[in-house]
Amino acid sequence: MESVGNIVLYFIVAIVMVACSFMAVRTRKILRSATYLLFVLICTAVFYFQLGYQFLGAVQIAVYAGGIMVLFVFAILLTRRPDENSNDLTSHRRVWGTICSVTATVLLLLAIFKMPVINDLSLTQVLGNGEITMKQIGETMLGTERYQYMLPFEAVSVLLLACIIGGVVVARKR
Amino acid sequence: MDLSILWYLVPSVLMFVCGVFGFVTRKNMVAVLISLELILNSADLNFIIFNRFLFPHQMEGMMFTLFSIAIAAAETAIAIAIIINIYRQIGNTDIREITKMRF
Repeated sequence: MESVGNIVLYFIVAIVMVACSFMAVRTRKILRSATYLLFVLICTAVFYFQLGYQFLGAVQIAVYAGGIMVLFVFAILLTRRPDENSNDLTSHRRVWGTICSVTATVLLLLAIFKMPVINDLSLTQVLGNGEITMKQIGETMLGTERYQYMLPFEAVSVLLLACIIGGVVVARKR
Repeated sequence: MDLSILWYLVPSVLMFVCGVFGFVTRKNMVAVLISLELILNSADLNFIIFNRFLFPHQMEGMMFTLFSIAIAAAETAIAIAIIINIYRQIGNTDIREITKMRF
């Protein structure tokens, strides 16, 4: 049996998340779209917290809601004339988008509800397995044994370096 | 009432579908990128949900999500650099106007 607080939190976050993601793709002003995306990211972070991944929620807020959103706002402000809306969508594209998304919704929901559930545990039951400590995360990220992720960690650092250089090369003035 | 795995998968699916809709219909490049972020975010959320509910003793989904966030950040930075460069060359960011990627 779930605590009432968890259920209320779940419903608030889920409804806000779905509504904001819908608004993010439907609103006319591009800056508002970015703001709705920010709300979606924060709601996702709340889900991470609720599912017991505190570190991941913090990373989500710091990197996504902090870093990527600033990038988006800069990009929006740099690539438009003032008082310009992201104006209307062409009609056949809207039809295609509606067909695609409705089909995808139906298929995915069918798949989810028909799927043979491996276990039917509730949130309180799975959260009883103990917190993930920082020590565990660090050892998993920087260890070299099985189920440890030293090599991807280094690969990501090289990727970020390549990304810095690539960004400078692509965006510099000729 | 129990919050089982299905309860968490449904908002994730709806977020993914919103992302697909925006990806198909939007015509501003930054808006397309925002829809892409929605799709990526839904994938991350799915990793976490499956990790927590199906394999609660392991942390593979969490590590995948961490790396996925890092890669998404890199990808967004590069994409925005490209968009700004296109805007500088062509003067707008409408995807229907960008027909050749030659600078």
